[in-house]
Amino acid sequence: MNQFQYVRPTKPQAAIDAVAKDQNATFIAGGTNLVDLMKRGIATPQKLVDINRLPLTKIEKENNGLRIGALALNSTVADDKQVRQKQPLLALALNAGASAQLRNMATVGGNMLQRTRCSYFYDLAMPCNKREPGTGCGALEGINRMHAIFGFSDKCIAVHPSDMSVALVALDATVLVSGPKGERRIPFADFHRLPGDTPEKDTNLEKGELITAVDIPDGPFTKHVHYQKVRERASYAFALLSVAAALDIENNTIKAARLAMGGVAHKPWRLTAAEQSLVGKPATEESFRQAAAIAMQGAKAFKHNAYKLKLGPNTIVQALKTAASAA
Amino acid sequence: MSIESDKPAGHDEARRTFLKQSSLLTAFTMVPGPVLQAATYELDEKVAAAFEKVPLRLEVNGVKHKLSVEPRTTLLDLLRENLNLTGTKKGCDYGQCGACTVHVDGQRVNSCLSFAVMHEGKKITTIEGLTNGDKLHPMQEAFVKHDGFQCGYCTPGQIMSAVACVREGHAGSEGEIREYMSGNICRCGAYSNIVAAIQEVKNGGQKV
Repeated sequence: MNQFQYVRPTKPQAAIDAVAKDQNATFIAGGTNLVDLMKRGIATPQKLVDINRLPLTKIEKENNGLRIGALALNSTVADDKQVRQKQPLLALALNAGASAQLRNMATVGGNMLQRTRCSYFYDLAMPCNKREPGTGCGALEGINRMHAIFGFSDKCIAVHPSDMSVALVALDATVLVSGPKGERRIPFADFHRLPGDTPEKDTNLEKGELITAVDIPDGPFTKHVHYQKVRERASYAFALLSVAAALDIENNTIKAARLAMGGVAHKPWRLTAAEQSLVGKPATEESFRQAAAIAMQGAKAFKHNAYKLKLGPNTIVQALKTAASAA
Repeated sequence: MSIESDKPAGHDEARRTFLKQSSLLTAFTMVPGPVLQAATYELDEKVAAAFEKVPLRLEVNGVKHKLSVEPRTTLLDLLRENLNLTGTKKGCDYGQCGACTVHVDGQRVNSCLSFAVMHEGKKITTIEGLTNGDKLHPMQEAFVKHDGFQCGYCTPGQIMSAVACVREGHAGSEGEIREYMSGNICRCGAYSNIVAAIQEVKNGGQKV
């Protein structure tokens, strides 16, 4: 691993300054992805700004919702009483990700900033526009069974690996950010980017901007929720495809719905049209099938991931059925 | 000791340049062959002299340590290489197998995926710290009784994880145990015996 300078500020502004003024500096929190990338030579920061001493771990009520500090651990959030009561979908998604050990290290902010697990991104011998812009995309004509079916470009067909983010986009979360130019709020759906011509940029964060918290508005999705994750073993694997589903049901009629998919695009993939199609419909498999068909419109497969065109709608239906029957 | 950076920019700049050069030097030293040996010896000395180590205070298995480490040293390497606590194993070194599981302030973590300096002031427990003198921890006893291993390489990580699993309250059923132990891979496939050991400790109600 390359050598680097290590600093450990205790105030957010000092951390922001340290990263903003130095092109080769980066924040480190849990480190579960960054240390991995550094060991492999994919990330080579020359300065690490350890933000673990910043006061950003609280989970608290804020206006009409929950505010979760960027440094709250994934395990803490998943086990938090308020989260389980008000946003059970988030707890389900968090517990579907990684392992108990990793959830004890990984933070909310870091989870959102995970890099793709595309094998071409990870293999230094292979071309990858995300790792090294201009070298091409190895996955486009390569082994692409894990790759995107929505929103890709000819520069990159990688998918975002986070489970937590799929729930957060469905729940209309907002990312609170503090940077050299002050504070701003980014709607979760606008936080991650599609690859376009600049796949090296995963998010719309600017240099030196620090995630401080995530706001989730209170909603009616406290009971009929489910996170369905399909993977190659029962636990501790990245998703082939996942679905976050939340329903508000009264007298078997759907009053409101939230739906998002993971493992299908460069960002967590919100399915707004499918959600709208469910409103006013009975909570039946037929309604769910129709919504799934709408959700899959525009999907396009590559050589090895055509299975996702079938797995997608089936997983949506399964997630909605399970959510509807959740007691 | 606080490690806030208050160095002037000029110093940073010089240091960065040095870092760049020294990375090159490091690469250089990895080239084998007698041709390079004379030259690299001297360069290595300079590298060692110029690199500031970071002070680190840790409590490991009840023993307080005052250390000085390179920031890139992982907690796992610190335990094994600097403190000679080789009970904690290096399996994959990428957070995929769980062999390196230790407790930091009571929470189980993968020691391979964090830098030691990030644990300033924390309490670390490794498999060596689980026993009470010569008396095995109940989880160790249960692993022996149920044959919870074959080759034994993943066992320290399995046991550290298993103790945490019970303490967290995630050992309520076989399914829950399997889910919450999924971060520990056993290539010998002793899983059913590991689950049996954990269930015995959980149901025995002993203090873990």
